Amino acid sequence: MRFTFGEDQLLFQTTVRDFLAKECTPEHLRELWDAGRSHSPALWSKLAELGIAGLRVPESHDGMGLDEVDAVLLFEELGRAGLPEPVIATAAVAAPLLTECGDAARAERWLGPIARGEAIVAVGHAESPFVVDADVADLLLLTDADALHAVEPAGVDLVAEPANDPSRRLFTVRWQPSEATRLADGERGRALQAAAFDRGALASAAEALGATDRLIDLSVEYASQRVQFGVPIGSFQAVKHQLANLKVALEYARPVVHRAAHSVAQGHPERAVHVSLAKLAACEAATRAAGTSLQVHGAIGYTWEQDLHIWMRRAWSLERAWGRSALHRARAADWLLGPDARIGPGTTFAGERDG
Amino acid sequence: MDLAYTPEQQAFRAEARAWLEAHVPKEPLASFDTAAGFAAHCEWEAKLNAGGWAMVPWPTEYGGRGADLLEWLVFEEEYYRAGAPGRVNQNGIFLLGPTIMEYGTPEQKARYLPPMASSEEVWAQGWSEPNAGSDMAAIQTTAIRDGDHYVINGQKTWASRGAFAHWLFGLFRTDPDSDRHRGLSFVLVPLDTPGVTVRPIEKLNGKQAFAEVFFDDARVPAANLLGEEGRGWNVAMATAGFERGLMLRSPARFQSTARKLVELYRANAADCEPALRDRVLDAWRGAEAYTLETYRTVSRLLEGGKIGAEASLNKIFWSELDLAMHETALEILGDRGELLAGAPSATDVGDWLDGYLFALSGPIYAGTNEIQRNVIAERILGLPRR
Repeated sequence: MRFTFGEDQLLFQTTVRDFLAKECTPEHLRELWDAGRSHSPALWSKLAELGIAGLRVPESHDGMGLDEVDAVLLFEELGRAGLPEPVIATAAVAAPLLTECGDAARAERWLGPIARGEAIVAVGHAESPFVVDADVADLLLLTDADALHAVEPAGVDLVAEPANDPSRRLFTVRWQPSEATRLADGERGRALQAAAFDRGALASAAEALGATDRLIDLSVEYASQRVQFGVPIGSFQAVKHQLANLKVALEYARPVVHRAAHSVAQGHPERAVHVSLAKLAACEAATRAAGTSLQVHGAIGYTWEQDLHIWMRRAWSLERAWGRSALHRARAADWLLGPDARIGPGTTFAGERDG
Repeated sequence: MDLAYTPEQQAFRAEARAWLEAHVPKEPLASFDTAAGFAAHCEWEAKLNAGGWAMVPWPTEYGGRGADLLEWLVFEEEYYRAGAPGRVNQNGIFLLGPTIMEYGTPEQKARYLPPMASSEEVWAQGWSEPNAGSDMAAIQTTAIRDGDHYVINGQKTWASRGAFAHWLFGLFRTDPDSDRHRGLSFVLVPLDTPGVTVRPIEKLNGKQAFAEVFFDDARVPAANLLGEEGRGWNVAMATAGFERGLMLRSPARFQSTARKLVELYRANAADCEPALRDRVLDAWRGAEAYTLETYRTVSRLLEGGKIGAEASLNKIFWSELDLAMHETALEILGDRGELLAGAPSATDVGDWLDGYLFALSGPIYAGTNEIQRNVIAERILGLPRR
């Protein structure tokens, strides 16, 4: 029993944080927005060099061979930076899905290119009518009932669906499932879809933690320098207490997300519930942080020019990514009130493999 | 990261479970805020201590098992799982005990810890005064050195467990010319000292849970000073850290309440409005989050980390969670939620109302949640002081 991260894991997090602070600035994001894009091939190459694209790709295919516990701290950094690149779909979801799909030829075809930053994968799922970043994808993984299909761009027709967060580029995808595109179906198809959904939701939860942390930092910074009535507004309890509430929400969401990462990595029998608890807690913290941060900033926060809304929009869009809160709430409540729930003192780590 | 218990931890759990199953009283004891209940709880503590379970993290020489904090969490889980009695000496074992462990001399450890573990000596807290509540540095009660004694004059109030306790620990002004945090000392006072008068105060629930304590030239030996003279504030902050943090309110307590709440909801779901389902889920989620955060904190402590201002995050979280759980339970009970335990129609209402009245004090004691939010804002977030 040791609920902490190792030095290597923390060091990698710091490396990614420093890298993104330099490369993914608000100016960079605004340039992309102005160009109607969310993806920068140059930045993607650098992310691949750093190992981000191939985090979950086996080392035999040029990847890092890491698991969700290693990755969860890095996903948090994506949220802190507001990085709009398709990391979740490609690195967190598609890579392990292709590794596990049982189709060796397709795994061989795509895993290496993903790790080397040469291929981007978009992933659709049954809980959303839209596919994120479908226009920049070299491969789309799409669902049709219990089947999972791998479709190349020539086989799809895309309709852009502009959304509130310019970093979240949504598409309706029109396509025809066929024998040739089918990756898996039946029991295996359902299991792969469930695993993909849990991994996407987990990564989104981690991103939401990072976005929350950034919103708190921005608000603390602003409240410390903005002077009214002759003092920084951050010296007023009305402001202090609201920001303290965000810190409480963040620090009690974080271990829930880290635990879910461990459960997904270990194949814990209740991993889907743990993921839903993580997504709920992190997105509650993030959307609360968005509202409070705007209030702390006042009118300046309500402008397009101020960078605050980059993370407000991330908070809102992450709440909708990989299952909205209502869905995760229902999954968790159904388990809690269902026949399989073992709860109470001493049950939290039941179901872990024995040490 | 490794979230499985070791075979040793599992064996420890099994041993604790077996002992508790054999010894926990079948019927709940009367409240320890009544004279009879206090005596019954002290008797239970003596039995617990005889079994070696009173304070498992303490060294064996003081009645403990030398367990680490993870084993302590496991013990707490088993304790609440077994429905064992509340800890009457919680101010002693969870707050003063760890403080003595950190600041006490070898003589003080040997003198105070064993009778604390057995609850032969039950402790009350002496922080607040009529003019020093949230502003604890405004303490006025003096303890002036006179030869090998301190002579204490003044008044403490809201001394939890004060009505029945044997000893009181608290902060006193040893330098009469000092102000604020300086010149305070942490002194241990036998409540049967001549010149000490204890006047119980009835709580919101009608029970005598705390007391006012008056000091009129009460003389206590200078050896009862804990830590350095004039450095009492630092000693008290360590105690407050234990109170706000993981010692006083281990997660098992809230997991136990959450489990009962889920059972209550299951039994009454047909009569409940749909929104209550969400509130029940939120209660259980909160208890699990508190558990996870505590395991994270303990893991960090075992790797050599320290807890500082973070204890304020804990205190806000558990106190507001506890209140929310009890509010939800009373909502589920609907019209029966206001019935006292003896009412003819109160057969299945449990002790939720009593628990609710107690939970209301959570955001106040151990430093109000407003003070905790100031601590978080200033010491963790770095916002400017006033």
